[in-house]
Amino acid sequence: MDMNAYLSMFIDESNDHLQSLNENLLRLESEPEELSIVQSIFRSAHTLKGMSATMGFEDLAALTHEMENVLDLVRNSKLKMDHFIFDTLFKGLDALESMVQDIVGGGSGKADVTQIVASLQIILKSDYSASKAAEAAPVSAAAAVSTDSAGAMLLDEYQSSILLQSIEGGLQVFHLQVTIRDNCLLKAVRAYMVFEVLERSGEVIKSDPSVQDIEQEKFDFSFSVFMISNVSLEDLQTQILNISEIDAVVITALDTESLAVLNRAPAAAAAEAVSVPAQELKAAPALVQEASPSKAKAGGAAPAAANVSRTIRVDIERLDTLMNLFSEMLIDRVRLEQLASEIKRPDLTETVEHMARVSSDLQSIVLKLRMVPVDSVFNRFPRMIRDLAKSLDKKIDLIITGADTELDRTVIDEIGDPLVHLLRNSVDHGLETVEERIAAGKPDTGKIYLRAYHSGNHVFIEVEEDGRGINREKVLKTAIKNGVVTEEQAGKLTSDEINMLIFAAGFSTADKISDISGRGVGLDVVKSKITSLGGNVTVDSVFGRGSRFSVQLPLTLSIISAMLIKLGSEKFAIPLSSIVETGIIRKEQILNVHGNRMIEFRNSIIPLVSLSKVLDSPDYNENDEQETEIVVVRKGDKWAAVMVDEFIGQSEIVLKTLGKYLTNIEAISGATILGDGYVALIIDPNALIK
Amino acid sequence: MGEELKVIVFALGNEEYGIEVDKVRTIERLSPITRVPKTAAFIKGVINLRGVVVPVIDLRGRFNLSETVPTENSRIIVVAVADLEVGFIVDSANDVIDIDSDTIDLPPEIVGGIKAKYLRGIAKLGEGRLLIMLNLSEVLNKNEIIQLEQLEV
Repeated sequence: MDMNAYLSMFIDESNDHLQSLNENLLRLESEPEELSIVQSIFRSAHTLKGMSATMGFEDLAALTHEMENVLDLVRNSKLKMDHFIFDTLFKGLDALESMVQDIVGGGSGKADVTQIVASLQIILKSDYSASKAAEAAPVSAAAAVSTDSAGAMLLDEYQSSILLQSIEGGLQVFHLQVTIRDNCLLKAVRAYMVFEVLERSGEVIKSDPSVQDIEQEKFDFSFSVFMISNVSLEDLQTQILNISEIDAVVITALDTESLAVLNRAPAAAAAEAVSVPAQELKAAPALVQEASPSKAKAGGAAPAAANVSRTIRVDIERLDTLMNLFSEMLIDRVRLEQLASEIKRPDLTETVEHMARVSSDLQSIVLKLRMVPVDSVFNRFPRMIRDLAKSLDKKIDLIITGADTELDRTVIDEIGDPLVHLLRNSVDHGLETVEERIAAGKPDTGKIYLRAYHSGNHVFIEVEEDGRGINREKVLKTAIKNGVVTEEQAGKLTSDEINMLIFAAGFSTADKISDISGRGVGLDVVKSKITSLGGNVTVDSVFGRGSRFSVQLPLTLSIISAMLIKLGSEKFAIPLSSIVETGIIRKEQILNVHGNRMIEFRNSIIPLVSLSKVLDSPDYNENDEQETEIVVVRKGDKWAAVMVDEFIGQSEIVLKTLGKYLTNIEAISGATILGDGYVALIIDPNALIK
Repeated sequence: MGEELKVIVFALGNEEYGIEVDKVRTIERLSPITRVPKTAAFIKGVINLRGVVVPVIDLRGRFNLSETVPTENSRIIVVAVADLEVGFIVDSANDVIDIDSDTIDLPPEIVGGIKAKYLRGIAKLGEGRLLIMLNLSEVLNKNEIIQLEQLEV
């Protein structure tokens, strides 16, 4: 089978599962008693393991397997989560992530995971010793053995020494748990057939119930066997499963360690094992294979049944092609409409009108396809903040709002790194340590707000923290020392300008250089990256109270709601987000205040702006009219009334830039293509308010 | 023998001009142009080119030639130079020819009122036919537009 065909699917799905593992582990950390979260973590891990094993990424599968073992214990309430376990699991996740990244980069996904595996095994073992042998399964192999041996099956000294010697002699020792289908009529015969296979492949050391009992049908539907084998585990399994009416066989390779465990914790293991529900057998870390899948026991591990959202994955290039093709169709649609109006055949007109409606629906869908919620960037931050907080020994709450704000895919791909920088900066430089916070009379847990929202023609992403704020004196001193500004210039700077100095290249006020940030690269990189995206970054700060970094991003291809208006023959769009309301005024309502035209609006006097003058309208002048439509727009807390000719209506529009040739056009922030294929300019209301 | 160049030939008034074919993205019929306020007079506005908003300039206006009313033959040649994508309104565009780069001579100081810096050279096509090769990066030079705008104000 050609695995390459499935590789991209594997990568996508692995990333999804890793993400959900991350999220769920974080949730679990805050509510450790919530076992349902463990269930979903377990499912993700299990699916991931299955997928990577299928794809032949052995290291990935092996590590997931170990993590799954730990989770299994947690899931069955045999293990309590603690910090060490969380940290180890997170480390494991990181390792998994880097392996997946390696695979993305064309690598083989191999990595040295022995250390993490070792820690995971320590968790498994320490659990064992801590709970005084009460639990089954310290080591993966032994786990299967003890949970599976549904019956107090103990090896006597003689048998265990044989096994031990065999292992030491390099022979394979297996423990088998064979289950015969429960509607089997002649189970003794089936069992006999199994034993025949076993005798052929090696030597049976011990069986439970005893061979005699089995021959006399004195057993339920399962029995277990210890044997020394000369064939491989897989071969043995296939051979046994070839016997009909065998429901399942669980084979575990034993080593000296697991044997020792068996000997040390006999009684308890046995007692525990009896109570283990059936489905855990399948989830147990041994090699399990269903002989008849249709008969899978209810409740058996059904991987990935949860969180299956009804989505498909599409190559972004295809979306681009779709969008371009659709635009071309729009032009033809307009042509068809013209032809239909010339030919004047009712059924043609009707069909064309219907097509027009369908295509405008289609248009909005096609455009929305490219939009991605910023959540796809934000979702990795809680984990990052958690790790940072731990390593810096600070207490931090990350509060995310507006994660559903949509941005074009191309922008989404680019803003991740700058945001990481800003957040790291906030954690490291912004927030104080717990002691400092208490000394400053603040709650010991610092808060970082990460907000995203649309405003006008931009998306704003803010990182705000209630930390120490920017010390302007210190900033100035450093700036002068590093040669960013001269002393003379420094005297003239406004406080905002001083704040902006922290974005200068080679600037860092951190007294100590830390791992997190403060190498003097960072904020200037953030700034240049965001500027290259056509955005802007600013900072507000109150010393002692905190800082707010605000990243303004253009909506290169985003969709906004806008009011379409007409000025004579020309159409323009005004972003709905800055419109307060619309209305009509009569000529006599216009007041003249100090040479400026104003109107009274909601008990205040606001300026009246002539859009036709601002835009040099060739064929419209509101002075000719007795009544004029106005649009009241707002910029912050300032309002203005804008006179227009006619309202067309509200519409969802796609923002397009005017290209690099036309930049900085006054009062115009971009363009959009209307449903009829014509270009309409988008008015920047901020420019209308002085 | 020099390099062979494939050139799109278009007309402005009585002159024939050439642009290398690899700089030309597409040639379109005149479509409705949306005026962009407060720009230089030769910037006619923007068009919708299959979903992309492209600025359009009148090449006659750009070269200070008298502007004419568009005809049935008028075309918009969309060129892409560096990261700029701009449409030129020309009187007609009707040929693609191969020329030998050796036949391109340096331009004289003034050709038909167009400053030499906008020109790359003049190619002789035989039979007395001359083809004026444009220097696109100068034609699209934005600094000059800014200066022009300042002059207009």
